[in-house]
Amino acid sequence: MTRTLRHTVAVAGVGQSTYYKHGQSPEPEFKLVLRAVLAACEDAGLSPRSIDGFSSYSNDRNDATRLAQALGIDDLRLAVMQWGGGGGGVAAAVANASAAIATGQAECVVVMRGLAQGQFGRFGQGPALDRIAGPYALTIPYGLMSPAQMFAMRVNRFMHDNGVHTEALRAISLASYHHAQQNPDAVMQGRPLSAEDYDASRWIVEPFRLFDCCQENDGAAAILLVSAERAKDLPHPECYLLGAVGGAAYRADAAGHNDPIYASSNFTTLAPRLYEMGGFAPADVDVVQSYENFTGGVMMSLVEHGFCEPEEVNDFLVPDNLIAPKGRLPLNTSGGNLAEVYMHGLGLVIEAVRQVRGTSWNPVEDVNVSLMTGGPMVAPASCLAFGSEATR
Amino acid sequence: MSAYLPDGLPAPGPAPDGLGDEFWHALREERLLLQRCRACDRFQWGPEWICHRCHAFDLGYDAVEPQGVLYSHERVWHPVHPALAGRGPFIVALVALPQADDVRLVGNLLGDPMQPLEIGTRVEGVFEHHGEGEDGFSLLQWRVST
Repeated sequence: MTRTLRHTVAVAGVGQSTYYKHGQSPEPEFKLVLRAVLAACEDAGLSPRSIDGFSSYSNDRNDATRLAQALGIDDLRLAVMQWGGGGGGVAAAVANASAAIATGQAECVVVMRGLAQGQFGRFGQGPALDRIAGPYALTIPYGLMSPAQMFAMRVNRFMHDNGVHTEALRAISLASYHHAQQNPDAVMQGRPLSAEDYDASRWIVEPFRLFDCCQENDGAAAILLVSAERAKDLPHPECYLLGAVGGAAYRADAAGHNDPIYASSNFTTLAPRLYEMGGFAPADVDVVQSYENFTGGVMMSLVEHGFCEPEEVNDFLVPDNLIAPKGRLPLNTSGGNLAEVYMHGLGLVIEAVRQVRGTSWNPVEDVNVSLMTGGPMVAPASCLAFGSEATR
Repeated sequence: MSAYLPDGLPAPGPAPDGLGDEFWHALREERLLLQRCRACDRFQWGPEWICHRCHAFDLGYDAVEPQGVLYSHERVWHPVHPALAGRGPFIVALVALPQADDVRLVGNLLGDPMQPLEIGTRVEGVFEHHGEGEDGFSLLQWRVST
């Protein structure tokens, strides 16, 4: 018997809270999560009491047991957390939930993330500590402490090795902002970005300008997974999981920037596993949501998923190729982490579902394979793909 | 020599379980000690309780000349720590040490923060001391080799 998640699980529902700039949510983080979960249940046509599992990542504060208590769940069967920080675990949280459904441990699992950075502190700020020990002691005393600073040297090395120009990073940013203008839920709707605006924006850490960096937001998002068989009786049977994988390459994220494969988004081992599990190839992919903590991570993610060769980046990463509906590879069609919302990538998962359903604000025609990559340059990272009925 | 970055950043030291103790003590004495496996003779960095190649626990620390090659770099503009407000830009360097199996060290590249940065440039270490006694620590900084 082949062991695979392919077509075993379907996305029954997706839900989200209102998305806010950081610090602007009028409601506590836990309440935002409850709203997202209820919205996903309503979308799925299921009672919240039918949920029997929660799966999350990045040490989400919104404890599965508290959620089960708050929602009056009768029979909680699954409470799983993917190790690792940032959005690296987003697709792995889907994988873990799906594995549980596929093996009969649970029937109806919510993957959720709540993130009110205004209430609990921003990721883009350095630590307020007197002392630092262990791996971070090798970097923080040199002023290397924010995520942008942790990743910029990887991107600089990749750009050096492959002769990449900054216009490639700019194209990724422009695509996200372009798509966000059609999305009424996007925090950056009404804030279009031109190439001139991008070029004039301030440096954060070279090669990243302000618009290469994700937002910091308050909000919550949730998706509800059931078996593909059960989904047939629900309003949304049409979005199947093709594959979802997590993990890390050899010595990825070794302390003090000692990863052997340094100029990498950490998908060198994951992408081949995703394609094998899903039974598809890069050429079959119709639309991609690729986690933008920073544009440079998207660039390396796309290369490592086989959409272009490293030496083709300058030609491939141009706005015309990335913009829906006609681009060669429409990218981050909701506005992504840069311009829709930074919900540690769960917003991107929801958009990947919407593309299969045909309900994106920037729909790509006839989507059969919709791919999502999570948390580039962190370890573990993860990625997934959804498929339409036509992939069965 | 004054420090490259202002005071007020977290002071580094070994992990609570003692891992890395030798490295931090040696920097205080202007020596670079890096972890080396006594079984397979290879360097590894950062420090760990086991050799990732041969799984021996018999790890020591060997002195290494503080000279290397610029492996990557970044020029930092946006301050993310109160101690760095107004202190920009500055350069973070990632230095590979060919004489120690190409392990890498993070540091700052001293000199003009707007100097051109070229991967592959040869650099040499400069020890930078902070504070006294129990609260003191030392960093290893880098400058372009003359």
